Amino acid sequence: MNLSLEYVKRRKKLLEILSKYRDPELAKKIIEKIHIVADRIDEEKILLMSFCGTHEHTVTYYGIRSLMPSKIDLVAGPGCPVCVTPARIIDTAIKLALEEDVVILTYGDMYKVPGSKLSLAQAKGLGARVEVVYGFNDAVRKAREKASKDHVFVGVGFETTMPTVASYIYSNRMPDNLYVLPAYRLTPPITKYMLKLKEIAINGIILPGHVSAIIGVESWLFLEGIVPSVIAGFEPIDVLMAILMILRQIARGEARVENEYHRVVKFRGNEKARKIISEVFDIVDADWRGIGIVPESGAVFKEKYSEYNALEKYDAKVDNAIDIRPGCRCTDVVLGLAKPTDCPLFLKACTPERPYGPCMVSSEGTCYIWAKYGGYIVNRKEG
Amino acid sequence: MCLGVPGIVVEIKRDEKEAIVDFGGVRKEVDAFLVEDLKPGDYVIVHAGAIISKISEQEYKEIKEAFDELARALQEIEA
Ligand code: SF4
Repeated sequence: MNLSLEYVKRRKKLLEILSKYRDPELAKKIIEKIHIVADRIDEEKILLMSFCGTHEHTVTYYGIRSLMPSKIDLVAGPGCPVCVTPARIIDTAIKLALEEDVVILTYGDMYKVPGSKLSLAQAKGLGARVEVVYGFNDAVRKAREKASKDHVFVGVGFETTMPTVASYIYSNRMPDNLYVLPAYRLTPPITKYMLKLKEIAINGIILPGHVSAIIGVESWLFLEGIVPSVIAGFEPIDVLMAILMILRQIARGEARVENEYHRVVKFRGNEKARKIISEVFDIVDADWRGIGIVPESGAVFKEKYSEYNALEKYDAKVDNAIDIRPGCRCTDVVLGLAKPTDCPLFLKACTPERPYGPCMVSSEGTCYIWAKYGGYIVNRKEG
Repeated sequence: MCLGVPGIVVEIKRDEKEAIVDFGGVRKEVDAFLVEDLKPGDYVIVHAGAIISKISEQEYKEIKEAFDELARALQEIEA
């Protein structure tokens, strides 16, 4: 009884504190400073890129773009895992579901994203066995509950989802009827790739908060001396502060890695998770949907854990996957070279209800976020 | 999928490998193997069914201070 009272108090406190990170008065003050500092910067255009779909969500949902000085352009980068997972992976999962006696387990976002032709959701309509899970723990539970059936988990995501799977493998908690179709991708290598792209000049980077909770500030230090970068949390105050911190660096001619999200992100990150990741995975060159091969940007199970790899267990090779269908500009959107509104199909042949391209599916996909929350135009209040 | 959700640890289970976490009233069982020294009452970030990080207790205790610091940083810019 006592414990639960204490507990309710703590919950109240947590909500109270989180609400501070949405405080409109504080936001106003930070925005004023952003304008002051931006005025001191000589460049006519300042392009700031975020590497996490959730940051794009915060920017769009709270109408942060419309509050920025006109010289600042906030652009979303390749930080939507569902958008960059190759169509080949989805095609493979569909093939397994239709041809083998397995249950496919997938995150809700992956369920709806089109592969070369179909999505897993559409395949389910054709009789495939597909179930949605919230996390790998859920997949483990489902596999245990139905021990007579084999299950394949579609393993996508960045450094945040990698440890959630590695955790069960490393600690010997994998049910023997559960396999993983691995398509993990790493964020520092794609960041390096973005900085080398000739078509875009990035003046500052808003670094992903929860990826950094795992890999630490340390893993971003390669950006020092190259581009001003700030690790940011996901509340509006977090993002505004990160923008201000980047502008301050630009104004001073610095290029450092700063951490705005220190309530969660430590210098070395989550050391236990990092250790488990490196025990379970090997790093390999990997393809990103619409982008192509990026060096050392993917992860596969180490030899000794290959028994958990669905691709070892089943012969499920697919050929000629189509990553980007004709007309879809998702590649440019993911690379920050185009806005969703530049795509002629946006909100016409491609909508959240009937997505044509991969950027229109996930709550972290830029096209989806703009379609849902108004992109450039609407200055939405919290609600 | 990259969305991390803050919650509070209610109970530690199964050899400290799993935990029950409360998200504003909804309780869920999550993987707790990735974080050390968890105890009931800890603030945590849960990501795709696993606790990936503890939220620094100090900052929450001294939250006012954290915001004062922010205010100071803002002032510094004006100067
Ligand atoms: S609106 Fe649809 S078709 Fe156009 S780029 Fe976005 S996902 Fe592709």
